[in-house]
Parts: sequence; structure tokens; C-alpha cells
Amino acid sequence: VCFNYTLGSPASRTCRLGMFLTNAHVFHSVLFTSYYTICHRDVKAARVLERSREMWGFCNVKCLLLLVYLHRDNLLNVHGARHPGKPLAGLRLLDVGCGGGLLSEPLGRLGAHVLGIDPVSDSIHTAQLHASYDPDLCDSVSYRACTLEELSAEEEEEEEGSGHFDAIVASEVVEHLADLETFAFCCSHMLKPGGSLFVTTINKTNLSYALGIVVAEQLLRIVPSGTHDWEKFISPVELERLLESNGFSVQSVQGMLYNPASGAWSWTNSTAINYALHAVKLRDDPRRDPAEEDRGAAAHSSAPRD
Amino acid sequence: MHKLAKAALAFHGLGRCSVTEKRVSAANILRRGLVCAEHGDDGGRSEVYDVIISGGGMVGSAMACSLGMDTHLLGKKILLLEAGNKKVMDKVPDTYSTRVSSIGPGSVSLLSGIGAWQHISKMRCKPYQRMQVWDACSDALITFDKENLQDEMAYIVENDIVVAALTKQLDGLSDNVQVKYRSKVVKYTWPMPHQAADSVPWVQVTLASGETLQTKLLIGADGPNSMVRRELGIPTVKWNYDQSAVVAVLHLSEPTENNVAWQRFLPTGPIAMLPLSDTESSLVWSTSHRLAEELLGLDEESFVDAINSAFWNNENQSELIETAGSLFRGALSAVMPSAGSPRQLPPSVAGIGPKTRVMFPLGMGHASEYIRHRAALIGDAAHRVHPLAGQGANLGFGDVACLTRLLSQAAFNGKDLGAIQHLLEYETERQRHNLPMMAAIDLMKRLYSTNSAPAVLLRTFGLQATNMLPALKEQIMAFASK
Repeated sequence: VCFNYTLGSPASRTCRLGMFLTNAHVFHSVLFTSYYTICHRDVKAARVLERSREMWGFCNVKCLLLLVYLHRDNLLNVHGARHPGKPLAGLRLLDVGCGGGLLSEPLGRLGAHVLGIDPVSDSIHTAQLHASYDPDLCDSVSYRACTLEELSAEEEEEEEGSGHFDAIVASEVVEHLADLETFAFCCSHMLKPGGSLFVTTINKTNLSYALGIVVAEQLLRIVPSGTHDWEKFISPVELERLLESNGFSVQSVQGMLYNPASGAWSWTNSTAINYALHAVKLRDDPRRDPAEEDRGAAAHSSAPRD
Repeated sequence: MHKLAKAALAFHGLGRCSVTEKRVSAANILRRGLVCAEHGDDGGRSEVYDVIISGGGMVGSAMACSLGMDTHLLGKKILLLEAGNKKVMDKVPDTYSTRVSSIGPGSVSLLSGIGAWQHISKMRCKPYQRMQVWDACSDALITFDKENLQDEMAYIVENDIVVAALTKQLDGLSDNVQVKYRSKVVKYTWPMPHQAADSVPWVQVTLASGETLQTKLLIGADGPNSMVRRELGIPTVKWNYDQSAVVAVLHLSEPTENNVAWQRFLPTGPIAMLPLSDTESSLVWSTSHRLAEELLGLDEESFVDAINSAFWNNENQSELIETAGSLFRGALSAVMPSAGSPRQLPPSVAGIGPKTRVMFPLGMGHASEYIRHRAALIGDAAHRVHPLAGQGANLGFGDVACLTRLLSQAAFNGKDLGAIQHLLEYETERQRHNLPMMAAIDLMKRLYSTNSAPAVLLRTFGLQATNMLPALKEQIMAFASK
């Protein structure tokens, strides 16, 4: 398995998802248990954290490594950053539902300016504490305890026009939200034109009910009971439709699979349970050609895409 | 999350439940001997290194070079601490030094990758194409060589030259890698695995000068009596062989192509002659402490006689063993007529280099864990072997290659370099490689330390049989050169 990653020609930086399928065994999920260890403050705070973390943590963390790959390589693809050692240098990212900063920190270490937001202030507090010791992170990662709607409203007040962020990450968030339209609208508002949105979530299928709720919550009790509401799961097709009606163009959808025997996550063809989605905010170009408009119209139709 | 962690670990069968242990109970932490972190003041704001390597020998310097040259680790702050002076070698000294190492193909490719091998080849090194190992108590012998004798098996390089080449390479990396010479560490302070509100989460290193440094990952490369390993409280399996090695530089009677490494197993211990040039070789004679001291006390002529007779005379062979050996060889050559290799005799020695006779004690050591929270051991700090197989340095360089690759990958994924999961991967991978090698070396040492007939017969047959199986020999060479 070759790990020499050359940030070279544009050709070598095009779609990485296929590559990771073959390197699937790279992904280890042990990392999240130790990360949890590091984030543990003292017992009292830990219990509070644990409750909020169990809301976000299992879901947030499990995809961590995959996400860092996904973001780093898709972002590189689009923005062409060229700093070996800091491949995301110069990019502004928003991590929605950041929890304890489990995803914000690696993204910050790779050079991006990350703003992590989460409504649970204890999570934010832990995240800030954890980042405060590391001089590399102090400058690149910041946190706020607020919701996406609140942040979006502030943006609107400050200035008209397009948003600030090059990319938004919403990892294991959309399956907990009641109002996805608002979410999509706010994301669109916060993003620069051409900016990327990365979502990972759980599909609404019988299989995800069986594994995600029955097995994970009730049988194995990997996640506390009541964490997920199957009704709130969303299928990739639905999500795609929702995003495209809010000015996004979905670039790729990829399934993810957890192997309990090896404890590893990998990319997979089936989006039956977990999946990741990458969408790009369409630029408001008045000179949009008719062909693109037709494609946009077709996407709004109810015919599901494969 | 408790359950998640336990489920995950149970599922993929990690025997090492350290991660859950560390999180779950303080008792377990104390059992592993971690020192409690001191409460730092505003330690968080002063400079924090990404990696500090403690020990600037061959393996420590190679680690520093290797990290400094990795593309994904550009911009990381790396520091190498060495208690001794800077080893500069503007001109290669005329005389050879006594401490040499056998550098195998895997180590050569690591050193080439970091640009040190070109300095070494320009300075001084000796490739050898064949190795002959034989018994004093019988006729059995085994030779290792590559298919066509054009390829080198390995190189004999003086340790000083390796360090000087690495130092030269480090000079060119001063953007990423800092080196502090004459810095002795007096104290290590380890962080708690749980981050408490007012404690510093980094490893703190206190030097004799009073300076305190902080790092996210401490790599211990400080030799067989490692302070890092001791301070971490890592239990170490070790024993002293009742043997010392006598080393010297030998002048051969006449110039010869000298591309063979010779090793003969005497009942008192193996004697090895490693080529340095066409006229000189290095001696490594492992024997009992008493004999070693006697050897050091001999005058030059008697010492030379002792060496020659150790290689050449056959008084240890008994009739029984000789007959059994030749019978077995006959049987084997009936089955495989073309296998086996002709016996050669090593060159004779005429003299020794002045003031080059030294002795040092031998032992075996293996740290039961190579890693702890934010700390890793490499090289002799993690494992110490008998020189009979010439693998000590190679195992160390193997550690360097593995850890560099894992740290590079971690940095590419934006991970904290001191995070435990890639350190766990390093430990697993290297222990899986090192332990069989060390067991084999120890077994060889014990098997050849006796001249009782059953053991001699066993090893005679074993050696002869192995010599006749080229496939097996290739496997052995491949394993040793990884």
C-alpha cells in the first residue's frame, strides 16, 4: 500500500474516492477511543461531556478518518492548495455540530482555519480547552456555542452577498435535525459560491433500522437508546433533492461501512447504511448556459438518481 | 462510549486493553507506572515541539533525518538531543575503528532514502557477497550468498562513519530539525492520559542546563540502558549472557578479495571476522568473561595465534560427531546432489591494529512495550541482541523506517503525532518482526554454547540440512534483510 501522496499534477488530484476503496483497510477506528480519552477532563465534566458526546460522539467520531481524507482530497481537488505538510492552508471551514472538536482539530492541523459550532456549550468548552494547549491549533481552530441558524442570521446582519466559508462540514448532524430546509438554506448562505458542503449521515432503509437502531442501540448498546430517530434519517436521493433545490450541485455520494471484527471503516458501494455526500454551491453566474439550466431542471424532477 | 470502545477492542481482539484501561481506572494507570503529571503554570503557551528524539546514536540520528526529510512532516518542529559532542568527520581517519555494524539491504535503502548512504559510500564501507558459518565441533557449515555473487549481501560499516554521515545530513535539514549537543536529560515528566483541567498535556524534558522542553511525542533512542524506558517504568525482559565480546582490527597476512564474512561457533562462543578492506578485517569474538580478559591480556603475537587457531584447528571435533556428520551429509547429497557449498577457509591473521583491542559485556534485552502515551522506544532502547547474527543495527533501522512511515501517515491525516493508535500500530508491527528474530538469535546462542553430543548432533544435522535447501536459506536472508 503506497502512502506517498504527491500533491502534484491536477490529474493526480482528481477524484480520490475510488482510490480509497482500494486502501480501505487503512482506516482504523481505534483512534476515536483514544481521542475520547484525551478529551476527558475530570470525572464530573466527563459525565456531562459523555452525555453530549454520546449524542454526537459516536456518530461524529466514527467517520473521522474517512472524513479527513474526503475533505482534504476533495478540497484539494477544488481549491488546489499547495503546501506540503499543510494541504488545507488558506481555506476557511465551518464544522457544524463539531462536538468536542474531533473533526475540527485534524482539519486545523492540516492548515485550514476552522470554526466549529455546536449548540451544546459543554462540548464547546471541552473543545476549546483541548485546543488551547496546542500552539498549532490556537491560531487555526476556534469554537462557538451556537446553532447554524444563529450564525447564519449574524452573517446576514453583517454583510449582504455571499458567505465566508470555502467549505462546510456536517458530520452526523442531519439525522438529528427536524428542519432540513433551513439547514440547507443556511449552509447555502454561509458558503462562498463554488464552496463545498460535506455531509455524512445515515440512510433511511430497513437495513439502517435493523443495524443502526436495533443492533447498535438496543442489542449491543454501542450508542445510548434514543440517540437516533429513524424517521429523521434521510436517503441520499432525498438529501440530494433537498440540496439541489437550495442551490447546490451534488458531486458525489459514497457509502461507508463499519466492520466490527476489525474495527475499521471503509468506503463501499452501498449507501444502505452510512454515506457521505459532497455538494458544491452553484455560482450565481448570470451567463449560465442553457444546458446547465436544463440539467438543473432535470435534477429537480422526482425521478430518483442511482 | 465505554461500551463502544470495549466492543471495538474486543471485536478486533486487541489483547492490549491499554486504551480502555487508561480511561477507566486510575489503578490501572498506576500499575503501568506512569508518573503523575505536575501541574504546569502557563506551559501551554511556550514552544511545544512536535517530536523530541532522545539519543543521537546511529538509530536516533537516522530517526531525526528520516522525520526531517518527510514531505508530510514539513513544518513540524523536531529536536534531537545528544549528550555527547557533535561527531564531525572531515577526513576519514587512516585507522579503522573497532565498533562496526553489518548493514543489511533494508537498512541501506532507508539510509539511501534519507541521503546518508551517499556520504557513507564516499567515506568508507565494505560490501560482502557471502557469509560462511561453521561449527568447531563438527564439519557442519552453512553459507549464505546471493544468486549471482555480483550482488552484495550486506555492508560492514564503522559506527562512527554512520553517525558522521547522518550528522552531515542533519546539518542540511536545520529548518525542520534542531540538534542540541552536550544536552543531558535529567528528568522526564509524563502527561496523564486523561487531560485534566490544569495539567500540561505534553511530555516535559528537563535538561542538565535547567532548560525544560515540551513535546507532543518523545522518542527514546538512548541505547540498551535507556533512561526513557526506565522512567516510563516499562518492564523489560533481560538477561546477561555470561559473555563479553572482544573486538579488534585485524591485519591480514596477505591482501585478498576479502568479500566474505566468517563466523565459527566455538563451544565458548562465536568468533567472527568481518571484512573491512582487502587487507584488514574486524574481529568480534564473543566468549566467557574470563577468557575475554585473558585475551585482552595477551601480547600481540599470542593474541594473533589464538585467533588463527580458533578459526583453523579442529581439536573440538570428536570421532562420533565426525562420522555422524559425514553420514548425514552423504545421505543428503544422495537426495540433493547439487546442493551444498564448498568449504572455504578464512584468511590468516598477521597482526592487529594498535590500541584496538576492547571488550564489552553482552546481554539480551527486550522491552515488553515499545510505546506509552506520547512516548515510543526505538533501537537498542527497545531491544538488545547478541552480535552473532549482525542484526542489532538492522533491527533499529527497521524501527526507524516503520515509525517514520506511520508518523508521516498520521500527519497527513491531521492527527496529533503523540496519539496512541499509530504508536500502537508501530509497536505491533515491530514486535511481530523483532521477537522471532530475537528468539532465533537467542536460540542459536544457547544451542552453540555447548559441546555435549546431543546438542552438537542436533545442530550439525540442522545446519547441514539447511545448507542444502536453497529455498530455506533465501527465506532466512529475506527475513534478515527486511
